[in-house]
Amino acid sequence: MSTVASPTPAPGAAPAPVRSEARTARSERLRLLLRTPTVMFGVIVILFWIFCAVFPGLVAPYNPIFDNQLPTSQPPDWTYFFGTDTNGRDVFSRVLAGSRNILLIAPAATLLGTVLGTIIGLVTGYYRGVVDDVTSRLVDAVLSLPLIVTAILIVTAVGNSSRWVVVVIIGLIFAPVVSRTVRAAVLSETELDYVQAARLRGERSHYIMFSEILPNVLSPVVVEFTVRLGYAIFAVASLTFIGFGVQPPSPDWAAQINQYWTLIDPYWWMTLFPALAIASLVVSVNLVADGIREVYER
Amino acid sequence: MSAVATTTALDVSDLELVYRVRGIDRPVLRGVSFSIEQGQSYGLVGESGCGKSTAALGIVRYLPRNGRVSAGRISVAGRDVLGFGARELREYHARSVSMVYQNPGSALNPGMKVGAQVAEAFTVLGVGNKEAAERARDALGRVQIADPDSVVGRYPHQLSGGMQQRVVIAMALAKDPALLILDEPTTGLDATVEAEVLDLVANLQAELNTAVLFISHNLGVISKMCDRVGVLYGGRLVEEGPVETVLQNPRHPYTVGLLRCIPRGGVRKDAGRLDTIPGFLPQLGASIAGCVFADRCALVDDRCRTEGPEMTEETPGHGARCFHQDRARDLPRQEALEIDIAPIDRSATPVVRFEDLGKVFKQQGADIHALVGVSAAIWPGETLGLVGESGSGKTTLARTLLGIVGATSGAVELDGRELAPRFQKRSQNDLRALQMVFQNPDSALNRRHSVSRILMRALSKLAGVHGAEAERRTAELAERVRLSERTLTQKTVQLSGGLKQRVAIARAFAGDPKLVVCDEPTSALDVSVQAAILNLLVELQAERGVSYLFISHDLGVVRYISDRIAVLYLGRVMELGPADVVFNGPHHPYTEALLSAVPTIDGGGRERIRLAGDIPSAANPPSGCVFHTRCPRRLGTICDETEPPLVQVEENHLMRCHIPLDELRTMQAAGPPAATAAAAS
Repeated sequence: MSTVASPTPAPGAAPAPVRSEARTARSERLRLLLRTPTVMFGVIVILFWIFCAVFPGLVAPYNPIFDNQLPTSQPPDWTYFFGTDTNGRDVFSRVLAGSRNILLIAPAATLLGTVLGTIIGLVTGYYRGVVDDVTSRLVDAVLSLPLIVTAILIVTAVGNSSRWVVVVIIGLIFAPVVSRTVRAAVLSETELDYVQAARLRGERSHYIMFSEILPNVLSPVVVEFTVRLGYAIFAVASLTFIGFGVQPPSPDWAAQINQYWTLIDPYWWMTLFPALAIASLVVSVNLVADGIREVYER
Repeated sequence: MSAVATTTALDVSDLELVYRVRGIDRPVLRGVSFSIEQGQSYGLVGESGCGKSTAALGIVRYLPRNGRVSAGRISVAGRDVLGFGARELREYHARSVSMVYQNPGSALNPGMKVGAQVAEAFTVLGVGNKEAAERARDALGRVQIADPDSVVGRYPHQLSGGMQQRVVIAMALAKDPALLILDEPTTGLDATVEAEVLDLVANLQAELNTAVLFISHNLGVISKMCDRVGVLYGGRLVEEGPVETVLQNPRHPYTVGLLRCIPRGGVRKDAGRLDTIPGFLPQLGASIAGCVFADRCALVDDRCRTEGPEMTEETPGHGARCFHQDRARDLPRQEALEIDIAPIDRSATPVVRFEDLGKVFKQQGADIHALVGVSAAIWPGETLGLVGESGSGKTTLARTLLGIVGATSGAVELDGRELAPRFQKRSQNDLRALQMVFQNPDSALNRRHSVSRILMRALSKLAGVHGAEAERRTAELAERVRLSERTLTQKTVQLSGGLKQRVAIARAFAGDPKLVVCDEPTSALDVSVQAAILNLLVELQAERGVSYLFISHDLGVVRYISDRIAVLYLGRVMELGPADVVFNGPHHPYTEALLSAVPTIDGGGRERIRLAGDIPSAANPPSGCVFHTRCPRRLGTICDETEPPLVQVEENHLMRCHIPLDELRTMQAAGPPAATAAAAS
């Protein structure tokens, strides 16, 4: 339809700002998001941590990995902003470099969980009946288990705790949660006549699910993704804290906390600053998630 | 308020109302003036987006946050409404004005018993709890709720739509308001229920001497209910006057056009196309220098575009805003009249035949008999209209034909071949032969897909064409339903209701169907758009010999488009015959009652036959003739005990009634049954 490039309305047709209006709706949504101060704050903090993760060398004043380069266990001062740890490493540098792991695993896990959950939600919401009943009970079962317990169980069973195992674990645990939201959206979508019309022209189920229904339930999927991302960061930190995923000496917030929390009195700075870093990231992601939810669900 | 001979209950003068959208004030009402005397009723009509509901919200001062009255005056019972402070406003809402909305289900609190809700209307007036409860019961009795003592203990969802609306009306009248505003109060209700609610409102109004502002898009309802009427277009009152003169002798081209769009007075498709109003409503808040209707008016000249006409009265009390009032009646037709419809060949094999079709739904252990022994046939090029109240089985019949639900007994035949009961088991050819146009185009079209994607997909599945050929056929299809090429690239949310319905029709016709089920295809549309869609359906039928199964509650529309009509009641065909025969009678007593319930624009018409009570439950249908519990012409025990068969009473005319046709003829010629007969059951 490239022949209709020029949008001059045909004589007698309606004044046609309709097209531009839909487009402005989308840009309006973005504008509204960026105009919200809390969202802006969140975005800036997240971008900062991403930058640190990508170029740790550019921001960290000292080498974050090698031991015994600096005086050990110095409290924060103007040379070492966050102090140094018992191994003689600059805590500030280690905090700046410590976002890499979490920023890799958490989004990957959330993405996996969202994709899986969306598929499960589409299938259960579309077919209903026995498929839905069986899957929903399984989902209930997974949801009733505490995340950490399930994770430990899986890791023990697999006998491996690499990064990607953590991604898969969190993804699998999140999928049922996402599937519930998507299922609810799909249920109300299948009531609409366009689904009936597709069936009446002989469309196959997978076409109806993925080409007809999916585009209409993307809003809740996007919202769910951002909300889950906040939880995922927390989950990754928790798992790393109990020793899965990253191993020392790689700088990682949760690993640092794990290493030094027993020394919190008097070496509070070794634990506090990585903890604040995790908090800043979780809070920022949640601020953005809240903004997105508000704009999408308006 | 002591009664003076006549006092003005509502006076609106030069009302200008704006909505602020993205920082700009957009005018929605442009200098609207009218007034209602106490005890009178005033109708406000117009198509969607003309500002009628905004006017009502302005009068009760319930405007949304971005709405504001920018000029003009509103006074109710002599008091300036716009000058009210917060306390006076609360007092005003509590005592002087009441509003009844379209959807009674959402106007009632679902978690509160009916009695308590009605009592609340009294407690805000300062009545004690105990007395309020008593008065609530009386109020429910006053709106003719049969058993108020049991209704007070029920929740709103346990009541039918008609009952819910009565409860809302009871609450609205609790304060004996100076002004009662009814905003499309019967739009969601069945014809028989609508008629009862309208009767009720008319009686109560006479009794209480309240002023009523009646907002509706239905000119028939306005004609029945109102003394005066104002026609709104683009936020401007274009014509105003006594109901009879405005509807019989309109002086504004818009009113003339609107009246021509409506199929009425027994007009049928072979008499020609319906006239339409071309073009679209002015954009909300557009700035208009001249007449608001200039862009769509056939009488337009240069003066109309630059200068806004004043309201001028040719006869006292009847005014119009038009420079060419004298020529409005002779407004040139916008549509060619002639249409060539081939006669139906009933010796051919019917496209579709229902053979003793039955459908039973299981619901909480009970059997719901949605269809019972339905037999009918539809021939090529024919339209079979289906009418009946909600719950009569119209939709189930259509869904059984399409295979969305499988029949419990009997069969559906296509071209003389028995079809698989469910669509999943039908061949692609059978699917292509039977398509559907849905009631609500918003729901029927995927809002994330472009128009061309929707049509291309339908072509590839139903016509088996792909690639460049599919693109060519898409353009062809769009042209046939008069969609401009520009709309093809748009998403459906960007289109108006009428354009959306055209897309839906084009989709149904992608594979050259033999029969298209139309389930209330125009009920979500404005009358001028409805006329265009009906014309399109008739044209497509004339061109391609397609058949329609046409469901509608609008009897004028059904009569216009149908060759034959089937009247359903509790899943049974009560009457089946040529459209004119079914309408002109002698007809089944149920058909008679149904027809008498519909208010007509021309006024007068039939005397209303009141049906007692609601439709019985299909889970537990009455013995004998299922209609005997409500039938005003019940003969006696034979009706209670023996179900009459559906028999041919004259050529092509089938009926399910114990009363012989000739007797019905004399009975119905003598007028409606005595009111006592109806009241007895």
